[in-house]
Amino acid sequence: MPLPIRRAVGALLLGAFLHVVTAAQGVSDAPPLAVTEVAPGVYVHAGVVEDWLPSNGGDIANLGFVIGSRCVAVIDTGGTPQIGQRWRAAIERTTRLPICFVIDTHAHPDHVLGNAAFAGPDTRFVASAKFNAALAARERYFLNALARDFGVSVSHDAVVYPTLAVEGTRELDLGGRVLVLQAWPTAHTDNDLTVYDRRTRTLFASDLLFAQHIPVVDGNLRGWLAVMKDLAAIDATRVVPGHGPIGTEWPAALKPQQEYLEALRRDTRAAIKAGKTLPQAVDSVGIAAASHWQLTDRFHRRNVTAAFAELEWED
Amino acid sequence: MNHDIARRRLMVTGTALVTATLWGTPRAEIKSGENPEASPIWQKVRASLFENRPITNVGDDTLALDAPTRAEDAAVVPIAMRAKLPHTAASHVAKLYLVIDSNPSPISAIFSFTPQSGRADIETRVRVDEYSFVRAIAETNDGRLLMRTRFVKASGGCSAPPGKDPAAALASLGKLRLRIDGEIVLNKPTLVQLMISHPNDSGMVMDQLTRQFTPRRFVRTVNVFYAEQPVLSADLDFSISENPNLRFYFVPQAPGRLTAEVVDSNQAAWKGSLDVRPTAA
Repeated sequence: MPLPIRRAVGALLLGAFLHVVTAAQGVSDAPPLAVTEVAPGVYVHAGVVEDWLPSNGGDIANLGFVIGSRCVAVIDTGGTPQIGQRWRAAIERTTRLPICFVIDTHAHPDHVLGNAAFAGPDTRFVASAKFNAALAARERYFLNALARDFGVSVSHDAVVYPTLAVEGTRELDLGGRVLVLQAWPTAHTDNDLTVYDRRTRTLFASDLLFAQHIPVVDGNLRGWLAVMKDLAAIDATRVVPGHGPIGTEWPAALKPQQEYLEALRRDTRAAIKAGKTLPQAVDSVGIAAASHWQLTDRFHRRNVTAAFAELEWED
Repeated sequence: MNHDIARRRLMVTGTALVTATLWGTPRAEIKSGENPEASPIWQKVRASLFENRPITNVGDDTLALDAPTRAEDAAVVPIAMRAKLPHTAASHVAKLYLVIDSNPSPISAIFSFTPQSGRADIETRVRVDEYSFVRAIAETNDGRLLMRTRFVKASGGCSAPPGKDPAAALASLGKLRLRIDGEIVLNKPTLVQLMISHPNDSGMVMDQLTRQFTPRRFVRTVNVFYAEQPVLSADLDFSISENPNLRFYFVPQAPGRLTAEVVDSNQAAWKGSLDVRPTAA
């Protein structure tokens, strides 16, 4: 009996200490992020379906956390250091258990620039084995965009790089609860990682699944379509996409994305075969009339660009 | 000889500018396309490439520069430079320079043409780091300099200049493809595409453990010959996208072999060729 009490007191003291620290960092004026418990011990913050912009504070990615009996795992940290602080505040309001793992699902700014808010000696950062190289190559562009567009200055030393690398699969034990992490071949990016909670059969697909938000190709189109076949085989009852609402019909929730990516592959191949140049293809490869994607203006032409540069090497 | 001088200048300038901008204090950001002459980087590039020679600003009717207003994907931005002047042995554009002011190494490419090129016309893909002026400068065989400038807005969001899958690009390193679409007609400028599988790595990535930068590795020169006569020579830089892609012209005056020789910054060399049988006009 004394042990739980002591632990509870310790947690209270730690909580009080952290509260002081975060208040000193000026977090108190911004509210904690809103969270929903989507399954027992599984929480999600829904980002808005928009581009990564100052007008939405960079709060566009879906974020999650899962509570075990010993500690908490956080899945992605948000698009700015400020979002990361509000995310941490939301988690600490929900549980007093320590955060033992922060899982970075891939090296895109809207998912990982909140990392700094979680840095500490007892928190391990986890990502695909290819994550660090990808983030290192992009870091100065992301920080530049933060400074230029968001007016937020972040130094190189404040960027947190994971130290626990996942190749294939890896299990994380949160105390009576195991998360299964899986690193995938190049798809949305070359460093995609999914998180599966066995107890509730919840899959955090991150940006391997887009809902409402048009899918964005920053890795390999054909690779992504192949990875989706393996994803469909996962025994999930609910799936949290990187952007857009949670899917409860699985694997049916993959279907709109599959249709878009297959049309992109088919039509870009046809443009290459017809001898079109990249800019001609970008101007002519249309989006399927039946699609209801958001942010099409922002990302479809970019997707054609990426698809063209990949598919022109076929045959 | 001329060619070697140009290359030396390219590298010297490139190195100096890389040092100046890498991991330094946040750079002054250009947000609008006003006053391209005032760009301080352009002033340096201009001095290193052209000294005090006069440069005439021209329109698309003389020197077309095709570039998107906004980069869709910062890693793959299609750019075309097309001289609209006569291309004869007596009078032609001998060189096209591509300068991207805001890139770490702004002098992105120098293309040299011969009368056998048929046209001074080149299409490629580049990385654009930031809001930037992009410049095409044509140098005629009698030494005139003509410039066309455009402003390209950086792509936002998660798009960044590095390659999407460096491991895959390295796995197929050096694979070359020459491709001609459409009919090949004797003595007519013929469009050819050269594809080079190469990561074209800027090397500007810091290793998190050693705090050292990874070595850069990029395609440095491309030389293309038709029937052993030069038709295109290119000095390139890591501003060119992963898997460098060039579209250019040559004039087949008889059946012959088109040959491309590619050398990268590690002195690795590759060669590709294509037999060409033009039909009579």
